[in-house]
Amino acid sequence: MSDKLSIIVVEADRERALLIVDSLREAGDFDVSVISEVTGLSRRISEMNPDMVLVDVASPSRDMLEELTLASGPMDRPVALFVDRDEGGMTRAAIEAGVSAYVVDGLRPDRIKPIMDAAIARFHMFSQMRAELKATRQALEERKIIDRAKGLLMKAKGLDEDAAYALLRKAAMDQGVKLADVAQSLVTAAGLLS
Amino acid sequence: MSAPLSAGFIPLVDAAPLVIAREIGFAEEEGLALDLRPAASWATLRDMVSLGQVEAAHMLAPVPVAMALGLGGAGTRLDVLQVLSVNGNAIGVSTQLAARMREAGHPFDFVDAAAAGHALMAAKPEGLRIGVPFPFSGHAELLYHWLGALGFAAPQALSVHTIPPALMADALAAGEIDAFCVGAPWGSLAVEEGSGELLLPGTAIRRFAPEKVLAVRHDWAETEPDLTGRLMRAIWRASRWLGQPQNRMTAAEILARKPWLDTSAELIERALSGRLIVSQRGDMRTVPRYLEFFAGAATFPWRSAGALIADRIAGRTGLDRPAAQAEGRRVFRSDLYRQHLARTTADMPGASERLEGALREDTPAASPSGRLTLPADSFFDGYIFDPSARKR
Repeated sequence: MSDKLSIIVVEADRERALLIVDSLREAGDFDVSVISEVTGLSRRISEMNPDMVLVDVASPSRDMLEELTLASGPMDRPVALFVDRDEGGMTRAAIEAGVSAYVVDGLRPDRIKPIMDAAIARFHMFSQMRAELKATRQALEERKIIDRAKGLLMKAKGLDEDAAYALLRKAAMDQGVKLADVAQSLVTAAGLLS
Repeated sequence: MSAPLSAGFIPLVDAAPLVIAREIGFAEEEGLALDLRPAASWATLRDMVSLGQVEAAHMLAPVPVAMALGLGGAGTRLDVLQVLSVNGNAIGVSTQLAARMREAGHPFDFVDAAAAGHALMAAKPEGLRIGVPFPFSGHAELLYHWLGALGFAAPQALSVHTIPPALMADALAAGEIDAFCVGAPWGSLAVEEGSGELLLPGTAIRRFAPEKVLAVRHDWAETEPDLTGRLMRAIWRASRWLGQPQNRMTAAEILARKPWLDTSAELIERALSGRLIVSQRGDMRTVPRYLEFFAGAATFPWRSAGALIADRIAGRTGLDRPAAQAEGRRVFRSDLYRQHLARTTADMPGASERLEGALREDTPAASPSGRLTLPADSFFDGYIFDPSARKR
């Protein structure tokens, strides 16, 4: 895989497509492809698997991208859109929402670079945040299971909390499995026996 | 001095309540300067409303539900204030596939969904590709229900592709898809251009299916109750006006004009009257309630309609179904409907939830006026969705 950022520009108008490609070239070293035909758009984007898709906000093919975005997991790929004017702070709101960048006045080369940077940075930030959130959720779930397992041991064996925890930890170490897994087995077993 | 209020729409026949509210003056009567802004795609329109660029939007009924389930969009919560249209979709197949089905003896009766589904799958047993306008749409829901009930579930038996309505006929002609489910007038266009034939109206799959809704941001509806009420009353009056057959020609003429659909009034009239041309030989079929705006409490946002949509989406995407149903139920704001339309003559059904698909024929229902008749809304396979059965 190349370390260059790959970008697909979806633009039916040839002149406009050329202008966009030129501005992208000036903005940095990207691997740029242009798709002008909307037929087969989804298939071609899936095949090329770009890092970023640029599409005119006034293009109906935006809906085809939606399917791709959903298929590959929401937000797996930043989608930046060109709009002619910034109506009602849409660009800022969109970037803040982290979903896509609305590139205002897309034909101006000096504006493409910062907005693309923002879109990419946002994208990475959100990916990271989602990963962290997932990890936190999981930790919280494990915490709950361990607490329940401790409670079961305390009741069954008349232990205090620390002793119950020590027992769980020892079982985990002896069996070479995660503490949460031991706790889960215990909770499951207790559920079956009750 | 009228209060400004902007609403986004997609140029389709079922955007009519918004257009009529503005053009016939129902918005002005409520003291609203309604500014209608066209959008080119559903995703863009959804972003426009969720990012606050417009206050309200003409929207596919499943979109706000999908958003509430965290599928697509910027995470803003949207509310469905009322239903803008019921039914209006048609299923079409490519000319080649139609020929193959006809050879195999399918009569193209435009009525029997089970026979049509089996004939379609028999004509292309593997790799059938069907186009719908948006991943979350009444079109997709109809399609999945129809073929799923016959034992052909996606994604194993068929692949479903998103194709914008205006490009559907081209995609069919280019061999990108074998069939489609789309709203008026785009199915007729494929027939006119010779790339396809119509196989079934949406009503053959479900007789009364909510199609487009009026959606706003949840926060906006909460903080602007006065504007919300005025908007709802204006749209409701427009829907009532559209429901009167004598207004049909006028409606078609208005919708055909440049800022709105910019197409022939004749094509629009076909959709409004339910008289469809299904093949190039000019065969015409009359479909009762092909597109309904008002009759039978069509505008009422049943909580159970939201729950049903959520349940189906959850089933396909592997989400927890009871939790999804609860989300879907919250999105459809029958409470706001009761509150804001209280001063009108709108029929208020006695309940806000019902068994979806249970009415096999038009049935009188409890309402303050005592004159409410709920239309038959059954599915072709007899499926009934019970919103109170929380388990499965």
